[in-house]
Amino acid sequence: MKTSEEILNILKDKFGDSIIELKSDKPIDSFVLAAPLEVDKICMFLRDNSDLQFDSLMNLSGVDDANGEKVKDNKGTETINGGTLSVWYHLESTKLKHKFTLKVSTERAKPEVTSVTEIWKCADWHEREAYDMYGIIFLNHPDLRRILMPYDWEHGYPLRKDYRNPEFYQGMKVPY
Amino acid sequence: MGILDKEFSEGNIVIAKTDDLFNWARLSSLWQVGFGLACCAIEMMATSASHYDFDRFGVIPRPSPRQSDIIIISGTVTLKMATRIKRLYEQMPDPKYVISMGSCANCGGPYWEHGYHVLKGVDRVIPVDVYVPGCPPRPEALLEGLMKLQEKVRNESMIKKSA
Repeated sequence: MKTSEEILNILKDKFGDSIIELKSDKPIDSFVLAAPLEVDKICMFLRDNSDLQFDSLMNLSGVDDANGEKVKDNKGTETINGGTLSVWYHLESTKLKHKFTLKVSTERAKPEVTSVTEIWKCADWHEREAYDMYGIIFLNHPDLRRILMPYDWEHGYPLRKDYRNPEFYQGMKVPY
Repeated sequence: MGILDKEFSEGNIVIAKTDDLFNWARLSSLWQVGFGLACCAIEMMATSASHYDFDRFGVIPRPSPRQSDIIIISGTVTLKMATRIKRLYEQMPDPKYVISMGSCANCGGPYWEHGYHVLKGVDRVIPVDVYVPGCPPRPEALLEGLMKLQEKVRNESMIKKSA
């Protein structure tokens, strides 16, 4: 059983700059911020290290941090430029009975994160959902298609804060 | 109704109009597409089960649209599902009827404003005969909706075109 601080130190020794910081000042479980393109290696280590043994990915979810610059065009449509999209990984070791939260932030303009499907198979559909809702690209994912929205949906990613619903989809009026 | 009120006083003969006879036969065996969408489908299944017994109205779930008379839209119609529902409806033979069950199928329900994935009313893709309000409607409400539909079928005519 290890605390987040102990896990942070193990990861710092192994990965150095890819592990950015531990945040424990929020009223939620403390979490570690990591580099988006190294997350597959970090997760492989978290799963296979004998002191950590995170064999279960409890949840993987995308978040729109909406921390970019809000721009209004002349029609009053608001879009967000810059800022980040995030992916959260909630891990549990069923053997060692400890939990760990990992977060990666990636640029909104080019949201790319390495996939962890090779490490935990259950990440497949979670990553497809994060892709579907936020447009986060998971590099090396075996089958990165939309999972909830129609496959031919061309109107963007609905859970982004600056998403606008289309007037029509396949001839059907969408707004109320 | 007019089936049994023109009975001869003696003998086993009943005289009725073909419209009345055929409508009586049709409204007494409205087979529904074996099809459910969301929580309303649970209520619909409860209506089919022994306590409420949809079968006493001649309603049985038929697992093929090609042999069904009605389709009960029991739940939230997503945009993705709407295209499939339209295809199911088109596969049904005439005469065919639609019961829209619950707020979601009627008008989008709780998803009316922020439901980016929800069709705001199934009547945007197929014509609806009876709207059953509720979220979800109780089995009694669905039964009343069915009886409203039976009333509609009863007053149809093979000669006169309905509106």
